[in-house]
Amino acid sequence: MEKTPIIEFSDVTFKYRVQEKPTLKNINLKIYPGEKILIAGQSGSGKSTLAHCLNALIPCSFTGEMSGTLRVDGKTPSELGVFGMSQIVGTVLQDTDGQFIALTVGEDIAFALENDNIPQDKIFDKVHEVAEKLDLQSFLNHAPGELSGGQKQRVSLGGVMACDVKILLFDEPLANLDPATGKRTIALIDEIMKREDMTVVIIEHRIEDVLYRDVDRVILMGDGEIIADMHPDELLCTGLLPQHGIREPLYIAALKAAGCELGADTHPQHIESMDVTKYKDQVKNWYHSVPKHQQQSSSETLLSVNNLSFGYEDGRQILKDVNFEIKRGEMISLVGRNGAGKSTLASLICGFYKPQSGNILFNGEDMSGFSIKEIGEKIGYVMQSPNQMISKPMIFDEVALGLTARGVPEDVIKEKVNDALKICGLYPFRNWPVSALSFGQKKRVSIASILVLSPELIILDEPTAGQDYSHYTEIMEFLVKLRDDMGKTIMMITHDMHLMLEYTDRTLVLTDGRLLMNALPSEVLTDENICDKAYLKKTSLYDLSLKCGIDTPSEFAARFIDHERAGRGGQS
Amino acid sequence: MNRLISYEKKDTFVHKLSGFTKLVFFLIWCLTSALTFDTRILAIMLVLGISIYLSAKIKWKQVSAIFTAVMFFMVINLTCIFFFAPYEGCRIYDSRSDLFHLFGNYTVTKQQLFYELNVLMKYFTVIPSVFIFLTTTDPSELASSLNGVGVPYKISYALEITLRYIPDIQDEFHRIRNAQEARGIEMSSKGKLLSRIKNTAAIIFPLLFSSMERIDVVSNAMELRGFGKKKTRTWYSRKKLTAADFAVLIFIVAFSAAALIFTYYDGSRFYNPFTI
Repeated sequence: MEKTPIIEFSDVTFKYRVQEKPTLKNINLKIYPGEKILIAGQSGSGKSTLAHCLNALIPCSFTGEMSGTLRVDGKTPSELGVFGMSQIVGTVLQDTDGQFIALTVGEDIAFALENDNIPQDKIFDKVHEVAEKLDLQSFLNHAPGELSGGQKQRVSLGGVMACDVKILLFDEPLANLDPATGKRTIALIDEIMKREDMTVVIIEHRIEDVLYRDVDRVILMGDGEIIADMHPDELLCTGLLPQHGIREPLYIAALKAAGCELGADTHPQHIESMDVTKYKDQVKNWYHSVPKHQQQSSSETLLSVNNLSFGYEDGRQILKDVNFEIKRGEMISLVGRNGAGKSTLASLICGFYKPQSGNILFNGEDMSGFSIKEIGEKIGYVMQSPNQMISKPMIFDEVALGLTARGVPEDVIKEKVNDALKICGLYPFRNWPVSALSFGQKKRVSIASILVLSPELIILDEPTAGQDYSHYTEIMEFLVKLRDDMGKTIMMITHDMHLMLEYTDRTLVLTDGRLLMNALPSEVLTDENICDKAYLKKTSLYDLSLKCGIDTPSEFAARFIDHERAGRGGQS
Repeated sequence: MNRLISYEKKDTFVHKLSGFTKLVFFLIWCLTSALTFDTRILAIMLVLGISIYLSAKIKWKQVSAIFTAVMFFMVINLTCIFFFAPYEGCRIYDSRSDLFHLFGNYTVTKQQLFYELNVLMKYFTVIPSVFIFLTTTDPSELASSLNGVGVPYKISYALEITLRYIPDIQDEFHRIRNAQEARGIEMSSKGKLLSRIKNTAAIIFPLLFSSMERIDVVSNAMELRGFGKKKTRTWYSRKKLTAADFAVLIFIVAFSAAALIFTYYDGSRFYNPFTI
C-alpha cells in the first residue's frame, strides 16, 4: 500500500542570505502520516534549518534562497506563511520558558486561539479539552513560575495542540530538563501521538534519551545533507553516529568497545528489550580484561560544608543540614531536580547568601567573615550562559575586569590576563571584540575572567547546557586541563548524566534540600532508588551489565568510562 | 520576591468586577479628583475611596513600598507649594487671616493651610484608587480591558508580557549582580557613588544581552502561534460585564457628573469657607 507522504522534500536547497554556502543541500525526504521521526546532527549540520522549513520560519522570518519543492500536508509552507503553517505544524521550542507567553497556563494554551479571533466560549471549551488530554486541569490558573520544567513542557505542547495540528515538531525538547523529566516527556509525546493520530518530528542530539520509546526512523544530518535515513536498529549497528559528532547510547558504545559486531536483528534500539545473548560472553571477557577502576583521591580538604541550613525570610526552607567535603583537585558534580537547592548551595558557598546555621570552611578557615568580593578571590563562579557575565566589548578588558576592580597595577594585569588567555586558548584573539566569538569561545572568556583572580575552586553552573557532543567535549576537556595542569578544584551543577559519569570523580545528590548521596557517579547512576528520588536516570550501562550477568554494574560502568577516557587520549 | 505592587487573587466584590469596569472607574475617578477642589466633594471621595480600599482586603505589604514613595513625594510637593506660593490660598479664597509669622516674607495663613489640605485630600482620594485598580486587576484582564477601551491589542499585550517577564528579569538581575560582585565589582553602599554608577554597567549590559536573547525566542514563539497576524484578537481572560459591573459604571458616571456640576455651578472650582 503506497501512502502519500505528509511531508515531502524534493531537492530542497537553502542558503541563508548572510551565508556563502547553502546550509541545506539537495534534501530529499519523505515522512508519512503517523510516523515518528528523529532528526539528529551536530550544530551546523542543518537540522534546525530543516525544521524551520517545516514551520515556514524559513523563508518567512529567516530570509534566504530556497530551491526545490517542499510540501507539507499538500501545501507549500512558504505560501502559507508562519501563521498559516501554525495550523498544521505545531512547534514546541527548546526553551519552554520562552514559549510560555501568557501569565497563566489557561491563557497560554488559549494564545493561538485568541490570535485567530475564536470566540471566548469556544476558547474555554478547547482549553479544557486540551488541558484534560495533558492532565493540566488543576493548573489552569497557575503562573509559569509555579510550574516545574515538565509541566511547562506540557503547557507548550497544549499551546500547539489547541490548534488541532497534524504534525508536532519538537526542537530539542530535552535540552532544559532533568533526566527523569526528559524521559517522561518522551513517554508523553509517544502517548499523545498514538492517541491523537499525529505525526511527530523530533530534533535532538541526545539520541539515547529519545530512543527511550520507539522511533520509526532516524534522519542523520551532516554538513547540510542527509547522511542516513534508517531504522534506529540499523543505524545503531553502524559507526555513523560517532563519525558525525553524535554520541551513541552508552550501552551501544560499551558493546562496541567489547568488540561485539552488532546486528539489527538483536533490536538494539532499547537496552531493555535488546537481545544480548550473543554478546554476553564477549562483554564479560572484556570486563575482566580491562583494568580495575582506581579511585584516586588527595587527602587535603579544600572545602568543608558543615551542618549547613538555609531558608528564605518567608519561611521556605531550602537546605537542611548539609554536610560534605571537597578535596583539592577533585572534579565534583552537584545534581538533583530543579528546585532541589543546587543553586542555593552554590550561592552559599560563594557567599551570595548567608547560612542560617552551620558553616563553610575553606582551607580550614571559616568563610562567614568574608565579603562576596573576598570570597571571589578563592572561589570562582561561572554562570550558565557567558552572556550573563560579559560586560565589556573587548576580550582583554573583559578578562581584566576583576583585576581592574581590585586596583591591581597595569603591568601585573597585562601579565595575568595574557596568561589566562593563553591557558584558555584565546591569546590570539586578545584584541578582538567579544561579539566575534562563538558560544564555546565566549564560555572560555567567562572562565578566563574568573581564572585571572586565581581562585582555587571554580563552580560552574551547567557548563555544557545546550551544547552538542563536540562542543561539550571541547568544554569538558578544557576543564580537565585546568584541573590537571593548574591544580584547580572544580564543582559543576549539572543535569547531564553523561557529564557526571564521564568527567566527575564524585557526585553530590541533592533532594528537597538534603544531601541524599555523596558517592562515585557510577555508584549513583546504578542505584535505582536514588535515581528515582533525585529525578536522575540510571545509566543504560547498568542494564547492560546485569543483562550480561555482571553483578557489579557500578564497577562495570566505572571501567567502561576509564576505557573511554583512555581512548580519547585524555588522562584519568 | 518583593515586587513593588502586585496583583493578588481574592474573593471580594471589587475583585469580581471586570477589569474594564475598574479601568473606567479609575479613569473617571481620577479625572473628577483632578478637576474638583471642592472640599466637600473631596471629603466624600476620601471616605468612599478608603471604604472601597478596605472592602478589597488589600494587604499592606502589597502597597507599602509605593505608599512610602508617594508620601515622600507628597511632602515635597506640599512644602514646595508653600515656599514658592505662600499666599496662593489667600489669592484663591480672596481673604487673609494670619496665624503666625515664620521668617522673612513667609507667614502661615489659614487660607494657605486650607488650600494645602485640599491638595493633600486629592492625594488621598487618588492613592486608594490606584492601589485598588492595580492590586485587584489580573494583569491579563487589564490588557484585555485596555484593548476593550480602544487601545490597540499589540500595545495592550506588550503591557501584559512586560508584567509576565518582570519576575524573571528580577531573578536574572540578582544572579548577575552576585556573580559580578564576586568578580570584585562593588555594588554595595560601601563604594563611591561615581564608581557605583560606573559599575552598574557591569550588570546592565549582561542583563540587556541575556534579555535580548530571551526577546528573540519569545518573539519567534509568538509569531509561530499567530500573534499579530489578524487585525483583532479575542481574549481568554476577558470577563463578561455583569449586572454589578453595569451598576458600578452607572454609579461612577452619575457620581462624577453630580460632583462636577456641584463643583462648578457657582463658577469656581474651589469651596470657599472664608467669605461667608
